[in-house]
Amino acid sequence: MPSYRLRINGSERSVESPDADKPLLYVLRDAGLTGAKFGCGLGQCGACTVLIDGTAMQSCQMTVADAQGKAIVTIEGLGTPAKPHPIQAAFIQEQVPQCGYCTSGMIMSAAALLSKNAKPSEDDVRTALDLNLCRCGSHVRVVRAVMAASGQRG
Amino acid sequence: MNKIVRTSGFSRRALLKGGALTVGFALSGLPRGAFAQGAAGTRMLDPKEVDAFLAVNGDGTVTLFCGKVDLGQGLRIAMPQIAAEELGIDIAKINYIEGDTALTPNQGRTSGSNGIQRGGVQIRQAAATARKALVELAAQRLQANADDLVAVDGQVRRKSGGPGIDFASLVVGRQFDVKLDPKAPLKDPAAYTLVGKSLPRPDVPAKCTGTATYIQDFSVPGMLHARVIRPPAIGAELQSVDESSVKDFSGVKVVRIKNFLAVVGEDEWTTMRAARALKAQWSEWSGLPEQATLAQSMHADPSLTAQTLISKGTAAKSENAKALTARYFWPMQSHASLGPSCAVADVRADSATVWTASQGTHGNQTTYARFLKLPKDKVRLIYVEGSGCYGMNGHEDAAAEAAILSQAVGRPVRVQWTRAEEHGWDPKGPPQLIEVSGAVADGRIVDWRTDMWIPQTTRGLLNIPLLGPEAAGLDNIVGLNTGLISQNGDPPYAADRIEVVAHWLKTAPLRPAPLRSPGKPANCFAVESFTDELATAAGLDPVAFRLNGLKDPRAVEVLKRTAALMKWQARPSPGSNTAAAVAKGRGIAYIHYKHSETYVGMGMEVAVERATGRIKVERVACAHDCGQMINPDGVRAQIEGSILQTLSRVLMEEVKFDRSRVTSLDWASYPIMRFSDVPKIDIDLIERQTEPPLGAGEAACAAVGAALANAVFDAAGVRLRTLPFTPERVKAELGGKAS
Repeated sequence: MPSYRLRINGSERSVESPDADKPLLYVLRDAGLTGAKFGCGLGQCGACTVLIDGTAMQSCQMTVADAQGKAIVTIEGLGTPAKPHPIQAAFIQEQVPQCGYCTSGMIMSAAALLSKNAKPSEDDVRTALDLNLCRCGSHVRVVRAVMAASGQRG
Repeated sequence: MNKIVRTSGFSRRALLKGGALTVGFALSGLPRGAFAQGAAGTRMLDPKEVDAFLAVNGDGTVTLFCGKVDLGQGLRIAMPQIAAEELGIDIAKINYIEGDTALTPNQGRTSGSNGIQRGGVQIRQAAATARKALVELAAQRLQANADDLVAVDGQVRRKSGGPGIDFASLVVGRQFDVKLDPKAPLKDPAAYTLVGKSLPRPDVPAKCTGTATYIQDFSVPGMLHARVIRPPAIGAELQSVDESSVKDFSGVKVVRIKNFLAVVGEDEWTTMRAARALKAQWSEWSGLPEQATLAQSMHADPSLTAQTLISKGTAAKSENAKALTARYFWPMQSHASLGPSCAVADVRADSATVWTASQGTHGNQTTYARFLKLPKDKVRLIYVEGSGCYGMNGHEDAAAEAAILSQAVGRPVRVQWTRAEEHGWDPKGPPQLIEVSGAVADGRIVDWRTDMWIPQTTRGLLNIPLLGPEAAGLDNIVGLNTGLISQNGDPPYAADRIEVVAHWLKTAPLRPAPLRSPGKPANCFAVESFTDELATAAGLDPVAFRLNGLKDPRAVEVLKRTAALMKWQARPSPGSNTAAAVAKGRGIAYIHYKHSETYVGMGMEVAVERATGRIKVERVACAHDCGQMINPDGVRAQIEGSILQTLSRVLMEEVKFDRSRVTSLDWASYPIMRFSDVPKIDIDLIERQTEPPLGAGEAACAAVGAALANAVFDAAGVRLRTLPFTPERVKAELGGKAS
């Protein structure tokens, strides 16, 4: 089976795929990184969002072949329960998730936003996250958490 | 609080990872004794017995076994709060196990907003009984009077002070062996130290770091991946399968049982590709009704049976009465879970284990026993959290399909649905057609009649009918399950005469299932919209008109506090500037959920853009009285979710179908709310800590549609009576055309 070299969360990994079109999402999940979720496979919901060279991308829409040579960061690469990233800490502090299925994608989109805009307005946050769907209705807390993570209290 | 996070997290994850309860037991330090065998079926599971709920462990911890499950609504913290409070132990010492038919008592489905109000109250009584037993055991040991002893910090000691005896040394190694005592004294709410506190939920850190194990992430050794092949039409029959079409996919096998068709394989991606490549012939089928005339066909359905649900009072004769009639329609909607359903099953010759996001693991044992032809006590269902489901999405189907496939191939099988399957095949919230006629005179309601055309739930149904057993021709449930969709069809206000008639339909266009707050959002939409229509006919302010008809002080308070949150200016609707390019207005709605549970007042401020028909919800204000709150922040999260999810349903959602199938199969054709649509939300939680808890998962949903419709009428002078309130529909109404 052909293999592909990927840089995931700072480490080089070799992964196998029967074809070059296998979506990055399945490559990550098969490698045990299940934080990125399968939501639609259509690029419509954002549950599978990861950072590709610092930009929030839907991993269901990128092939394993195209992911080569790029810096891939997943939710697991941000922080851990014991040592969360500031955005994760803010999401925990605000008790954002209900079911939490969308949360990884939300946090990755927020991380991409804050890396480019350290002090976003609430409207900036809404715009940056508008492609991330949530069915439980955690939106108000998401915005609050991102504002808090950027050092701004709403 | 960090401690409970670790304790609960570890034991839970160990259970998940190992797939075997012995691992969980070892880590959570359960005692030997009764659990030494570790096998399923050795635990006391009778919910009348304290031992079914609570076990005191040798290390000073207590394990709480909860039959209700956490779907993201926060029971994993609320239940330990209740138990630890009543027992007299540090909450960090509570281990928590949920929804496992081999370990937890059957507390009924987690539905109907009854997790805390029924399940929690049951656990409170178990803990109170356990505390009483512990105090009595300590009284013997200390040769003291039980009245002079107190349970605190996991010990029983004299109220006057001195050393205590640990719970563990009082009961460890044996069981309580006492029945839940409804008379066991409960702690005085004034002395609560845990109940009523917004403690953080133990599952949140894992959910924010990608380390939570959802059912979609769960695996067991030797597991195969499966995709079920859906027919192109709902009632189509499978005529032929060309297995050679997938021969090039390594490790993939086709499973066909009558009309049930699936591919299973070692590798998920390969299995997915094979599912797409598999060639099958299906028969034609076009048995669905015409969507455009669904309401009319429901109204004229030949199978209707009328049933008077409520009939009270006599209409007063009044010369100046103003009479109105209006018809409201709530369409079929999807649970629209963000993650498509998934399940894993391991069916052996003599037993079955199913890992499922089911809200009713215990109830499913009988169902599975029937279609797998196994004894009920050999079927074990273990709850693993999935994507939020808000009723019953495809998770019950996916789990049954995994079980059928595992039985067929003799290996554990994981079934993962696609987005199109979840949108197309999840059971739907049923359509509801509601007609209201009534009259108002001298500022009060003199006559009211509600007629509702709705599918009838089959009495005593175990589960909803499941897709897999149906297609495979196995023993399946027959009937409809909609949830209790006829409640709250009558106004909560004083009226001379009230009549509610249900016109039951024997079938539903698409398979129905309970969808959050079943039926009540539609009924309250009709009742509270019509109440506003009567207020307008009477020339009265909507809040004042409602207050005129309310006596219950809790109802009055919730409505007044909603109005106060909104800085309500009393005047009749509509407002004076309905012709503005962007017309602004406010609306209110009230519900006493099921007439016996939570009280909700809901206010909305909207802007209606005349040129586009777009409704912008600017602010939502909600006063909420659910009696005792175990965890106020958890209540707040449930209300936020109820408001936003129902706004999405009201503004955007309708399942589309042709004569053969559902056609809204993705987020483009079945859109839900986005961040740009989210309003400001203000919530006023009314504290009633000495009252019974009434549930917070559903009630606020019910009042959303009417509050929004009333605000749109106040703003723009048009009355929206059909969902969803899309820009096209609103624009048509604004232009004077019926939608």
